[in-house]
Amino acid sequence: MAHADAHAMHPETNTGIDNRKLAIWTFIGSECLFFASLISTYLVYKGKSLVGPFPKDIFEIPLVTFGTALLLFSSLFVVLALNGAERGKRGQMLGWLFMTILCGVFFAGMQVYEFTHFVHKGLTLQGNLFGATFFTLTGFHGTHVTLGVVWLATVFIEALRGRVTPEKAINLEIAALYWHFVDVVWIVIFPVVYLMN
Amino acid sequence: MATSVLDHAPAAHAEKSGLWSWLTTVDHKKIGIMYGASAFLFFLIGGIEALLIRVQLAKPDNNFLSPELYNQLFTMHGTSMIFLAVMPLSAMYFNFFIPLHIGARDVAFPRLNAFSLWVFILGGLFLNASFLFGAAPNGGWFGYANLSSKQYSPGLNMDFWVIGLQVLGVASLAAGVNFFVTILNLRAPGMSLMRMPMFVWMSFITQVLVLLSFPVITVALILLMFDRLFGTHFYVPSGGGDPLFWQHLFWVFGHPEVYILILPSFGIISEILPVFSRKPLFGYAAMVFSGCFIAFLGFGVWSHHMFATGMGPVADTVFSLMTMLIAIPTGVKIFNWLGTTWGGSLQFRTPFYFAMGFIAMFIMGGLSGVMHSTAPADLQQTDSYFVVAHFHYVLFGGAIFALTAGAYYWWPKMFGRLLDEGLGKLHFWLMLIGFNLTFFPMHIVGLHGMPRRVYTYPAGLGFEAMNQLETVGAFVLALSILVFMVNVAKTWAAPATAPADPWNGATLEWAIPSPPPEYNFAEIPAVHGRDAYWEMKRGGAPALRQYTGPGEHIHLPNPSFWPLLAAVGVLAVFVALMLHDRTGPLGIVAAVSLLFLSIYNWAFEPAH
Repeated sequence: MAHADAHAMHPETNTGIDNRKLAIWTFIGSECLFFASLISTYLVYKGKSLVGPFPKDIFEIPLVTFGTALLLFSSLFVVLALNGAERGKRGQMLGWLFMTILCGVFFAGMQVYEFTHFVHKGLTLQGNLFGATFFTLTGFHGTHVTLGVVWLATVFIEALRGRVTPEKAINLEIAALYWHFVDVVWIVIFPVVYLMN
Repeated sequence: MATSVLDHAPAAHAEKSGLWSWLTTVDHKKIGIMYGASAFLFFLIGGIEALLIRVQLAKPDNNFLSPELYNQLFTMHGTSMIFLAVMPLSAMYFNFFIPLHIGARDVAFPRLNAFSLWVFILGGLFLNASFLFGAAPNGGWFGYANLSSKQYSPGLNMDFWVIGLQVLGVASLAAGVNFFVTILNLRAPGMSLMRMPMFVWMSFITQVLVLLSFPVITVALILLMFDRLFGTHFYVPSGGGDPLFWQHLFWVFGHPEVYILILPSFGIISEILPVFSRKPLFGYAAMVFSGCFIAFLGFGVWSHHMFATGMGPVADTVFSLMTMLIAIPTGVKIFNWLGTTWGGSLQFRTPFYFAMGFIAMFIMGGLSGVMHSTAPADLQQTDSYFVVAHFHYVLFGGAIFALTAGAYYWWPKMFGRLLDEGLGKLHFWLMLIGFNLTFFPMHIVGLHGMPRRVYTYPAGLGFEAMNQLETVGAFVLALSILVFMVNVAKTWAAPATAPADPWNGATLEWAIPSPPPEYNFAEIPAVHGRDAYWEMKRGGAPALRQYTGPGEHIHLPNPSFWPLLAAVGVLAVFVALMLHDRTGPLGIVAAVSLLFLSIYNWAFEPAH
């Protein structure tokens, strides 16, 4: 009976991929179209603003480059954390997971600072198309980052309570997959929005 | 024989009933039934809207409806029939039959499935609640900017539309992920992709279309929502915005949406024809690949909805050609259906009648569709009743005929009762006659220049007779739906005695009792070929073991009310956004908290 239960709870899948993992991949595929539409919107309206401020008046590349670097490193950190989780190395998992979350928080903080700063300089959602498309695109990305931080923090707390064992590393893996996706989207947004001017 | 049922209900999982069990169920069959029941209700509401429209148009210069109410009725009729009737009626069949067809006990994510259902129902109720405020959406089902912008639609009407569609999109996307994973991952041993029933294949392609097209309308709606709620200028020309950008985003979603509406119907027809012809589906592989090809091309034809916007000869030519190309895989399907019946031992039962009606009506709708693909012809036809005739031939003559065929075919499996054949055939003939009376004359008045979406027409233009005929037809159609409801009521009064396999079915759902036990299959079937159940009956595959001996325990997912609460949370978040200038940030914080609370409880409760 115990065997039948275990079989019912963890049936083998046709593809060999865990259901949740396949679901996250599917969701990511769908999200690609979401961000593709937002990025298209930015590009369609690029240079169409009737009044300023314009990108060149406002962007501060060094700050956002630093944020980009944080996000890129966090993808590496979460890989190391997952490696720790899969091999049962608790310290490695917790440490790198903490670093991942820290990078995420700093990135989100950087964006909050940037947004506030831009608003002070007169860039708003309502003011011109550049403001509308910029805040919508980067704002939705920022929301994804924030949700990712909440998700990773939840896994972190679970890990602290000893619930992320090697058999349950999938719980971290699917959060990490999502995190990589958020990172990859930024790799597209950063050059398209900040560098191509 | 496979149908020798012994003791198929282990005591631990005796049938549960009562309101609470329906609110917390994660059983794909109960969820399917709730999809069907709620969608049928919305279908009736949409139908009443259509009848009101037809009464208004029965004679020239009529003032039965005010222009304002007329706008609300045609907008809600279109929106309801697409998002609240045809899509969820298809979802009913996805839910009930995909797990049965692939030999699974449930979908991959049963609670997510319940979540999709509740989000859909709440979204549908929210859209229709707009009538209570006298502010139903009134800008047409494709909500063209800048007609839908704040400047030209200042009331709450289009807010209801934007928010309602956004909420419904959440339901579709969640279901899309769920069924995509279910079909790829949960197939019984031996059920390779190229052995799946055609309904599963077409449903699979539909999910891919949902997953790739709904994010686009989500963005389109977000931008419109920002324009309306926060004063951005995405579609407002005075701020540099381009109203045509809405049309592009909308139709990049909107054209795949057409296939989201019709592909499940293609699947249903492909299940029914072989069973009632006593022959396997003709050209299985061609059916699969033509379905894939239709879906692929479906993403490259959106601008054929926009010929009248003046895109220039190059764009017009490209989109014309792409659109004409779609006729090829569609034609392949039609010839394969005819090939399936060719030389078959035809069983003239009600599902077969509707399936045949589908083929005839869909061909007519398809032909007028090919006419539109020619840009110069489209310029004459666009925004006229010719277009109304065309899409009703594909969506009513196509989708509704097929969904009805599915209802007569699968009713005994879902409810253990066969629908009455006599009333079924009466339903068919009334529907076929009523349908053609209503919509065929629209081709003619359309070509004569009668514009769609205008609340009346002057006398003396030669539209009177045709419009009267259409109104009579609409009431004949309504009568046919009434006959269906009588049929349901009449057979419901009788005991549930339908056999497990009333039609000599080809697929696995017929190998288990009617209605199926909660766990579907006592033993996961082993599949040895296409038409898995025919294979079993022929002796080419081992028959299904129907009973579970004492002590054998089939583990089923636990019921949960968090999906319902999370669905309430989703609606609350959007409503709080819509009313943010009245409730302030507090409303949004409360709604987001409810959503998070539900998701956390959902994530941490034991699923089994």
